[in-house]
Amino acid sequence: MLLLARSDEEWEALSDDQRDYPAITRWFGELAQRGVLMGGAELQSARTATTVAWENGKPILTDGPFVEAKETIGGFGIIDVADLDAAIEIAKTWPATSHKVEIRPIVPVD
Amino acid sequence: MKNGAARGVTDASVEAVLTSVVRDEAGQLTAALVRLLGDFALAEDLVQDAVVAALEHWPVDGLPTDPTAWLLATARRRAIDHWRRQRSYEEKLALLVRDGPSPEHADEVDDRLRLIFTCCHPALSREARLALTLRAVIGLTTREIARGFLTTETAIAQRIVRAKRKIVEAGIPYRVPHPDRLAERLAEVLRVVYLVFNEGYLATVGSSPDRRDLADDAEWLARLVVHLLPNEPEAAGLLALIRLHRARWGTRFDHSGRVVLLRDQDRSRWDHEQIAEASELVLNALRAGRPGPYQIQASIAACHAEAASWEQTDWRQILLLYDVLLRFTPTAVVRLNRAIALSEGVGPAEALVEVDRLESALSGYHLFHATRGELLRRLGRRDEARLADEHALELTANRGETSKEVQSDPAGSDSFYPGHYGVG
Repeated sequence: MLLLARSDEEWEALSDDQRDYPAITRWFGELAQRGVLMGGAELQSARTATTVAWENGKPILTDGPFVEAKETIGGFGIIDVADLDAAIEIAKTWPATSHKVEIRPIVPVD
Repeated sequence: MKNGAARGVTDASVEAVLTSVVRDEAGQLTAALVRLLGDFALAEDLVQDAVVAALEHWPVDGLPTDPTAWLLATARRRAIDHWRRQRSYEEKLALLVRDGPSPEHADEVDDRLRLIFTCCHPALSREARLALTLRAVIGLTTREIARGFLTTETAIAQRIVRAKRKIVEAGIPYRVPHPDRLAERLAEVLRVVYLVFNEGYLATVGSSPDRRDLADDAEWLARLVVHLLPNEPEAAGLLALIRLHRARWGTRFDHSGRVVLLRDQDRSRWDHEQIAEASELVLNALRAGRPGPYQIQASIAACHAEAASWEQTDWRQILLLYDVLLRFTPTAVVRLNRAIALSEGVGPAEALVEVDRLESALSGYHLFHATRGELLRRLGRRDEARLADEHALELTANRGETSKEVQSDPAGSDSFYPGHYGVG
């Protein structure tokens, strides 16, 4: 799993041109073509988040993300590759360089 | 280490033999076992157990005639114990018995490289890379590593456990990097070796007699990398750099443990044979036409080491080398070192101009002020010089360093001071 972290505030201040969506679309497209892309999307900003937490077993809704932070998850990509090196190679090519890309292995289900 | 000499030799020489045998064999065994078992963490554990057992038994029972076989047999016994508790015991046991690793295995080079590149993977923290490399590649025990870094065994053990867990869970591959990435990844490996050396180099002050000599371990590691990757000039450059530093090892401190400046060191006590060999090594490396920061640093060190005196040092050559080094590592500290060469090769006024440009980057660095002080003094600007000296002293006091010499002339102690190059 590639978690695409960004500052919502900075990202929203950019124009579509500056965000360079064509490059991002190309990036996902190339991964899909290589057959390693399992899924991915950009997320709305964290201000749109709703969080469900449980208190005494009872679900409670909160307006906002589960943790307040300057940087939040702005999107994700799920890739299927052999090892961490392969994931790093892909992460390094992510075009929006104001982001950070966190690589996290997915727990396998037997 | 337990008392009791083996075969009539002293404890000290037993220890020396153990060190070299373990270095030679343990990493190789780990490397082979990882390939065989496909389980980095397990293989590393088994060999570590075997090494600990060897360090207990060998001083008492004497060195076995075939240390590798002894380690392998012990590791194998531990593996069997381990698998007894597991279901797939029989099939794995069959594998281990049929195809036991042996040192003359044709894949040895690849095995060892895989091990090194995995331990030095950039996805691991720097501390973890150091600890894991020392343990898995050199075969140091957790206790020895802790002694080298002046930290607790628990801290080192945790670092190693965490690193091994990350290797397995994050899918860090066990292999030699693709040729496209080899240079980049080799730089990471060399950086680990360099940092181990740095630990050993800096530790000499106030070291306790039973402190692990990490500089020796670093030289051994560098030699191993050169042996495994003979066509990588940066590896040879690092080995040469380490050897050049070590050739003047004994003259860096006086009897009371105070720093002796390069300018004042007794050059007749340097190991000139080693200097000649190391200079040859770096010269050969440079012929590959792929210069890098270690080759250049080694060249600078060689210039110093080959000079008959401070005054007769080829400062012009050193200046040129610093210009090249700046292309690889354009850091303020390298600029500061270059300015010192400039002051000797050209003059203090020119050097001061360069040094003053570094103020914003280095104002918190005691050697910046010490260098300024020295230059101002040579220019006859005494009041300013005194101010700069005071500044340097204040910053040094905060760092808990008391020897005046360290600050008064950074070129003296620090043209060779690995920590100040900021390579990597």
